[in-house]
Amino acid sequence: MLQTAQRTLKSKRKKLAAPHERFLEAFHWMLLARTLEEKLVSLYRGGMITGGVYIGKGQEAVSVACGLFLQKGDIFAPLIRDQAGRSAFGEPLLDVTRTYLGSRLGPMRGRDGNIHRGHPRKNELAMISHLGAMISVTVGALMAKRFRGEKDFIGLSCIGEGGMQSGSFHEGMNIAAVEQVPLVVVATNNHYAYSTPNDREFACHDLVDRAIGYGFEGYSLDGTDLGACLDVIGGAVKRARAGRPPQLIVASVLRLSGHGEHDDASYVPEEIKRKPFARDCLKVAEQTIIDLNLADADTLAQWRKDAAAQVDEAIATAQKEPAPEGDREEWCAISTRELADSFE
Amino acid sequence: MSITYLEAIREAQAKLLRDDERVFIYGQDVGGTFGGAFKATKGLAKEFPGRVLNTPISEDAIVGTAIGAALQGMRPIVEMQFADFSSLALNQILNNAGTHYWRTNVPVPITVRLPSGGTKGSGPFHSQSMESIYAHYPGLIVMTPATVEDAYTMLIEAVAIDDPVIYCEHKYLYYHLKADKLPEKGLPTGRARIAREGRDLTVVSYSAMMQESLAAAEELAREGFEIEVVDLRTVKPLDTDIVFASVARTGRLLCVGEAFPWGGVTAEVIARVTSAGFHLLDAAPQRLNAKDTPIPYHPNLWSAHRPNAKNIAAKARALLRE
Ligand SMILES: Cc1ncc(C[n+]2csc(CCOP(=O)(O)OP(=O)(O)O)c2C)c(N)n1
Repeated sequence: MLQTAQRTLKSKRKKLAAPHERFLEAFHWMLLARTLEEKLVSLYRGGMITGGVYIGKGQEAVSVACGLFLQKGDIFAPLIRDQAGRSAFGEPLLDVTRTYLGSRLGPMRGRDGNIHRGHPRKNELAMISHLGAMISVTVGALMAKRFRGEKDFIGLSCIGEGGMQSGSFHEGMNIAAVEQVPLVVVATNNHYAYSTPNDREFACHDLVDRAIGYGFEGYSLDGTDLGACLDVIGGAVKRARAGRPPQLIVASVLRLSGHGEHDDASYVPEEIKRKPFARDCLKVAEQTIIDLNLADADTLAQWRKDAAAQVDEAIATAQKEPAPEGDREEWCAISTRELADSFE
Repeated sequence: MSITYLEAIREAQAKLLRDDERVFIYGQDVGGTFGGAFKATKGLAKEFPGRVLNTPISEDAIVGTAIGAALQGMRPIVEMQFADFSSLALNQILNNAGTHYWRTNVPVPITVRLPSGGTKGSGPFHSQSMESIYAHYPGLIVMTPATVEDAYTMLIEAVAIDDPVIYCEHKYLYYHLKADKLPEKGLPTGRARIAREGRDLTVVSYSAMMQESLAAAEELAREGFEIEVVDLRTVKPLDTDIVFASVARTGRLLCVGEAFPWGGVTAEVIARVTSAGFHLLDAAPQRLNAKDTPIPYHPNLWSAHRPNAKNIAAKARALLRE
C-alpha cells in the first residue's frame, strides 16, 4: 500500500510509539479521509449533495486508530466523524460516495444518507442518529459471538463527548460491563456538541473518571498525536482481546469544522483554537513523517495525488449511477413481505 | 388438565429454548430462581443455563443489546417487566429495530414481550396498552393474542419471523383464561379470526377486549341480537379482508380497544372501512376505547375507565338501533 515508505531513520529526535509501517498506513487512511471529505464539502457547496455533510476534520488520528486494529470477525460501530476509521476497517470509498450522492447502488440505496451508513453483514454497524444508541447494540453483537462460542473477537464503538451525556450511552456502558464483553469505547471530546461547549455538557472533572464508575478501564489520549492514538487505542484493543474488562478511551481534540457543513462554527472562540488540543492531527502526523524522514516532500505530494485520484474516481462512478425513484421503490419496511400491512 | 394464558407463554418460551439454540431471554428478573415479575419464565433459567439472563433496569440497553445479538444471528426474546416501561426503549425499538431492514436490507429478528393492559389496582404506570404506538411506526409486527392458544402459537411464530415483533400479552388474561391443551399450530400470522358468528353487528377487537366483546355478545344474544366478533390477533398487519367480509354481512361496525382514544387501532379500522367499504355500512361506525386520562388506580375508577362487557353491550345496542 505504501510503496514509497522509507524504513531508514535519519533522525531519532522523536520516539514513535507505534511501528513506522503502521504509522504510515494510518497516515495514508487519514489523508484519504481528509481528501475525500474536502471533496465532499466542495460538492456540498456546489449544491451537488442533498442533506448534510459531516466531516471528521481534526479527528482522523483517533478515528483511524479505531479502525486499524480491528480484524476479521470484530465489530465496528463508527459514528459521525469516523471516515478514517471506516476506511481503515475496510469500507470501500464507493460506499461513501454512493451514499452521499444518493446512488441506488450504494449500501443505503438512497434510503438513508451521509454518515448513516454501514454494512451489518460485514460487521460495520449502521449508526442511527440517536446518539448513545449504538453502544448496547455493539454489546449485543459481542454477546451473540460469545453465545456461539467464537473466539478472539472484540467490538469497538465510537462516541462523542456530547453523546456521552445521553441516557442510552450510560445504559450501554453499564450493560457492557455487566456482560463483560470485549468492548472498546472510544470517546472523542472535540469540545463541542454542535454549538454547546464542554461546560454546558458535563460538570465532572474529567470524563475518563467515569470509567471506574461504569466498571471500565479508562485511558486519556491526546487525539492530535497519531503515535499516541495508535499506542493507546491499540493497547486497549489488545487488552480487550486478552479478556480485560471493557475499555474506555477519552481523546481530546478540537472539531476543526462546523458541526456539519451548513454550520460556520462562529461560536468557537479564537483562544480555544490556540490550545494544544486544537492542533490539526494530520499536520502533526505529516510533520512527524518529515522529522523522522519516513517520507520526503515529493513522496508526500505523490500520496496526496494518489488519494485525490481515488476519491475522484469514486465520485465519478457514483455520479454516473442511477438514483432511486419513488414509483419504482419497494415501499416495504419488513423482510417478511407477506406480513406487510398493505392497505392503501 | 388446564393451562392458563400465562402458562402458555412460559411453555412457548420453553419450547423455543429447547428447539432453537439461537434463542435467549433477556429482561429484568427473568432469570435465577425468580422467573419474572409474572413468572412467565419460571424455571427456565435452571432448565437452560446461561440463556435466561437478568438485566439491569436499562430498557434502552436491553433492546439495543437484543438488536445487536439479532444482527449476529441470535433470536432474542426481550421481556419488558411491564409494557409501560417500554416507553424507555422506544428509541431502540422504533428508530433502530424498526428502521434497520429498510435502511440496510438486514432484518432484526427480535421479539419484545410487553405485559400489557389494565388490572385492578395497577394504576397509571402498570396498565398501559402500547400497541397503537408500535403499530404506527414502520418496520414492526404487532401481535395482540386474545386466547391461550394464540398466546402460545403466536409467540412461537413471533420468534420465527425475521422482523422485529412486538408481542403484547395481556396481564388480565394471564390467570383468567384457561384452555384444555396447547395446539400444535395456529392460524397464520396476520390472519384475523371470527371468534363468534353473528349477522346483526360486527365487533372488531383484540386482546382482553376481545374477551369482553364476547361477553357482551353473549349478553346481547339473550336479547335476541346476533353479534359477530372479530379477533384481530395481530394489529399490524391488520387483516382488513376479514373485517370487510364481516361488515359486508352485518352492515354495522363497532371497534373496541383498551388503548387511549386518540388515534390508534380502532380509529385505523374505522378509517379503512369507511374509506373503502362505505357502501357496506348501514350506520356510522363506532368505536369504544379507554378514556383520555391516565389509567386510574382505584377499582371503581378503573372499571369505568376501560371498555368492558357492559358498556360494549350498551354501545352495541345503541348502534343496533341506528
Ligand atoms: C440523542 C440525540 N440528540 C440530539 C441529536 C442531534 N445532534 C446530532 S450530533 C449532535 C452533537 C453531538 O456532539 P458529540 O456527541 O460531541 O459529537 P460531535 O458532533 O462533536 O462529533 C447533536 C446534538 C442526536 N443526534 N441524538
